[in-house]
Amino acid sequence: MKFTKLLASAALVMGLVTAAHAQDKTKLGFVYVGPIGDGGWTHEHEKGRLAVQERFGDKVESVYVESVAEGPDAERVMTQMALDGADMIFATSFGFMDPTINVAAKFPDVKFEHATGYKRADNVSTYSARFYEGRAIQGLIAGKMTKSNVVGYIGSYPIPEVIRGINSAFIHARKANPDVQFKIVWAYTWFDPAKEADAAKVLIEQGADVILQHTDSTAPQAAAQEAGNVVTFGQASDMSQYAPYPRVSSIIDDWAPYYIARTQALMDGTWESKDTWDGIGAGMVGIGEISDAVPADIKAEALALKASLADGSYHAFTGPLNKQDGTEFLADGATADDATLAGMNFYVEGIEGTIPQ
Amino acid sequence: MIALEKRPEPSRAFSLAAPLLAVAATMFFGGVLFALLGKDPFEAIQTIFWEPLFGQHWRYYSPQLLIKGAPLVLIAIGLSLGFKAGIWNIGAEGQYIMGALFGAGVGLAFYPTESVFIFPLMVLAGALGGWLWAMIPAVLKVKFGTNEILVSLMLVYVAEQFLASMALGLMRNPQGMGFPGSRNLQQYASAHNAELLSGTGMHWGVVAAFIAVIFGYVLLARHRLGFAIRVTGDAPRAAAFSGVNPARLVLFCLGMSGLLAGLAGVFEVAGPAGQVTIDFNVGYGFTAIIVAFLGRLHPVGILLAAALMALTYIGGDIAQSKLQLPAAAIQVFQGMLLFFLLALDLFTNYRLRLGRKEVV
Repeated sequence: MKFTKLLASAALVMGLVTAAHAQDKTKLGFVYVGPIGDGGWTHEHEKGRLAVQERFGDKVESVYVESVAEGPDAERVMTQMALDGADMIFATSFGFMDPTINVAAKFPDVKFEHATGYKRADNVSTYSARFYEGRAIQGLIAGKMTKSNVVGYIGSYPIPEVIRGINSAFIHARKANPDVQFKIVWAYTWFDPAKEADAAKVLIEQGADVILQHTDSTAPQAAAQEAGNVVTFGQASDMSQYAPYPRVSSIIDDWAPYYIARTQALMDGTWESKDTWDGIGAGMVGIGEISDAVPADIKAEALALKASLADGSYHAFTGPLNKQDGTEFLADGATADDATLAGMNFYVEGIEGTIPQ
Repeated sequence: MIALEKRPEPSRAFSLAAPLLAVAATMFFGGVLFALLGKDPFEAIQTIFWEPLFGQHWRYYSPQLLIKGAPLVLIAIGLSLGFKAGIWNIGAEGQYIMGALFGAGVGLAFYPTESVFIFPLMVLAGALGGWLWAMIPAVLKVKFGTNEILVSLMLVYVAEQFLASMALGLMRNPQGMGFPGSRNLQQYASAHNAELLSGTGMHWGVVAAFIAVIFGYVLLARHRLGFAIRVTGDAPRAAAFSGVNPARLVLFCLGMSGLLAGLAGVFEVAGPAGQVTIDFNVGYGFTAIIVAFLGRLHPVGILLAAALMALTYIGGDIAQSKLQLPAAAIQVFQGMLLFFLLALDLFTNYRLRLGRKEVV
């Protein structure tokens, strides 16, 4: 009761202030889980924000808060943005899910965009990217490039998002090279250069000469460079400072088109709550330039795969595929539906080891 | 020539003045830092210290001070007991996590039964979890003479692995589509540590924090055990002669700080945080060490210090959002506070002497 009263009075005050000031300025707030200089996940969201700012210029005012802890801190930061008059708030981490829903309930007139979550409301949309499409291309290059037939994979947490990536990469690596094996190390972090470097070194010692990472720092790239003769891929950002070798390509999260579209929708009054899951075709997943370290024929094959994923003529999970235990996952020619992909909690046949619980 | 001269007795006045001077110095040098970043230093300092308390939206921010400050007070009170006696529990963060896991575990086990007994049981379990986790370094120290600083600190990392395992496995929300994280206890009435009065920020953890302050004060000022703690810290040999049992003291101080950290954890997980998640712990256990020293290891001082730290956190976030100050600048600002405090502490025991050095 008290809180709604407070909000009502706050809204009243704000109404007076905004009426006087910036009537046609759209205010956006961005909440980041890491520092904008992480070179990965948060960095790309910040680039998305800057793209919005550049596109709309004076019509948009955007602010961000970085390194926000999940839980009550995130709730406070979002509430504060809403109190300060934000029209739309982008919450760019899975862990902001429940706080976003809580704050959204208190501010029905503010729109919220939550990245990678599954809870929506009338004023909360969710969005994520089909990173597994990019993983398919990495898997193909990895399978072709490895000489030891051992591909190392640095996982962050054993959640569907990451498992999906491992499966997609493995399926396409096996297609390119039937002898390939995956060694998976769980770092239990999204961003921790020291842990990621350790994981990379362990994998290299175990004979991996290609390293895929689902963590956000460039530490594995540095470790690979130091070891020599190890191929890596940029994650979230292009990580082109390690090109042309060890980094031979990358998956780039490109949020700019989505952020611009949603801001435009808000301004036009056409914004509505929805779930967006876009891939290479829509431009949300970018494939960083495949460097000259990759032979031309492999590069051409990778680009052909990219084109078929982009125009929808090929799905990264196309049968026949079995689960790790040998039971059927997809019949010949069948493709996985989004619900299965979203909750994926099993390895496909051929991957060794178990998913930690 | 400037020389340091040991004071015959520690200056009581300076001991009390040091925190205030440290705050003043932090404001000054923090202002310089903000100015170098191209921001208006006065506006920045005002945003951090003034905005949460007296700004436009103070009605929202002031309750947040309680939410942010309560776990700091609870943990710091416990730590201060040991610190006074020279028993160094650096692992409160781990005890905080274990308290949360034990408490949330009990709550989740009863889901969806509704009963008034569930929340009290969770609180007890949380206290037990923190206490047990602190007993590991305590028993090892008493039995084998291990260093409690190292053992308690290392156990933080073990606790973090437990937390990740629980969030991904045993305590994962079965309706969470395979994503990590437990059910939200905020949506489970019997387990929810809700605000006692809506909009005040007052939850059971805040009540417990105030009780802990009173308890700490009475213990240290009036109780025999408090006397033993103080004597052991000031003069261990004298303490031994006066019949203090050092092993029992280690067990009590570590156990008590673990218990209070565990309580902080369970109140947080059942209230403001709501969920067991991989990143549940946000560093309260470590920040509480700063709070304990900033508060001069005195219960009332700790209360004030926790309020100040909470203020810099909340004000810091506002400054980030409003002035687009980088998060790192705010962290440097908070770090300065401890730095200046430790530097100024020197003058509690020493004084500056200006003048020519005597020639022999």
